[in-house]
Amino acid sequence: MFKNFFPNQILLLKNKTINNLIFFLILIFIIGIIYSIFLSPPDYIQGDSVRIMYVHVPSSFIALICFGSIGVMSIINFIFKIKFLPLIAKSLAPAGFIFTLISIVTGSLWGKPTWGVWWVWDARLTSMFILLIFYLAYIFSWIFIKDFSKANKISSIIAIIGLFNLPIIKFSVNWWNTLHQPSSITLTSSPTIHYSMMIPLLLMFCAMTIYLLIIFLMKYKTEVMKIKINKKNNYK
Amino acid sequence: MLTKKAKLRIFLLSIVLVLSAAIIFLTLKSLRENLVYFLSPSEIHESKDISFEKKIRIGGLVKEDSIKKKGTSINFIITDLKNEIFVSYKGLVPNLFSENKGVVAEGKLSDKKYFIADKILAKHDENYMPPEVSDALEKSNY
Repeated sequence: MFKNFFPNQILLLKNKTINNLIFFLILIFIIGIIYSIFLSPPDYIQGDSVRIMYVHVPSSFIALICFGSIGVMSIINFIFKIKFLPLIAKSLAPAGFIFTLISIVTGSLWGKPTWGVWWVWDARLTSMFILLIFYLAYIFSWIFIKDFSKANKISSIIAIIGLFNLPIIKFSVNWWNTLHQPSSITLTSSPTIHYSMMIPLLLMFCAMTIYLLIIFLMKYKTEVMKIKINKKNNYK
Repeated sequence: MLTKKAKLRIFLLSIVLVLSAAIIFLTLKSLRENLVYFLSPSEIHESKDISFEKKIRIGGLVKEDSIKKKGTSINFIITDLKNEIFVSYKGLVPNLFSENKGVVAEGKLSDKKYFIADKILAKHDENYMPPEVSDALEKSNY
């Protein structure tokens, strides 16, 4: 399975595979949206505004996982110098950034009807904002630094430093008093979300993961192609 | 399996990571007062150098049967089940503001037991369920 991510393998990726994935995405997304808006019940306190959760929670989760993978790949690449790892990390960043943005925007839309404000600088919201800046810095370092090995070095440093922010985001709601509520889904205890609300949550999570996969595969293929073209031009 | 260079890099990286983790931990610890979004009534009660001039936020639960409305002004008690603070406020409150639910009030202390708020935020918890389930839970508690 690991071999599928080797640069030469990704070039074999057919448009048909991508199209199939897009088909699945649309299918699951439509079912997820129908469940989120029509089939799932309103919350006992929040009423219908709880439905924002079905977009907010999965996108936040994916944003964190994405940056975590970028950071871990940067560490492995720093130690073992595996040439295609930076390309994989680089290809994950744009989608991760978008999910961070979605998380912040939907969170803000959710905050107004429940807390009474769009935004506060509590520990959870601030650390999430810092994650957005780390994503931007990571992406910009690839865009603006033309030399590959230099861009790789600087973006890796950004990703590894940014890695420290992740546990801060995760545990901010437990370590400090925040306006944001604690996690509903934890590893140690059963979720505090009713199962009828878990179904749309999981469906939307699947849809977003497929979206991430599609964007990643397309971006990764482009990156590998770019490298190959550059090499060819240099030999001429 | 590992080359000498790779081993050296692991060594270097782990030192840097451990050091930065320690630095971050200490910074966060010393910044604690600025990182908390609100203080609890007990924290206000115990603190010795609390400012009556500066705007602060206090948070906790709205005590049961403590909400008293009079026109646009509203009085209630914030409790953390150990200590309590009286809050007085004029204006609109968020929809989720209700008894036995979380609340954060922004404003100034006039003394250690009395708080004049100019902004009320509702804090909700991590439980999500349909109304029928919550009704059923309530019934089984009585």
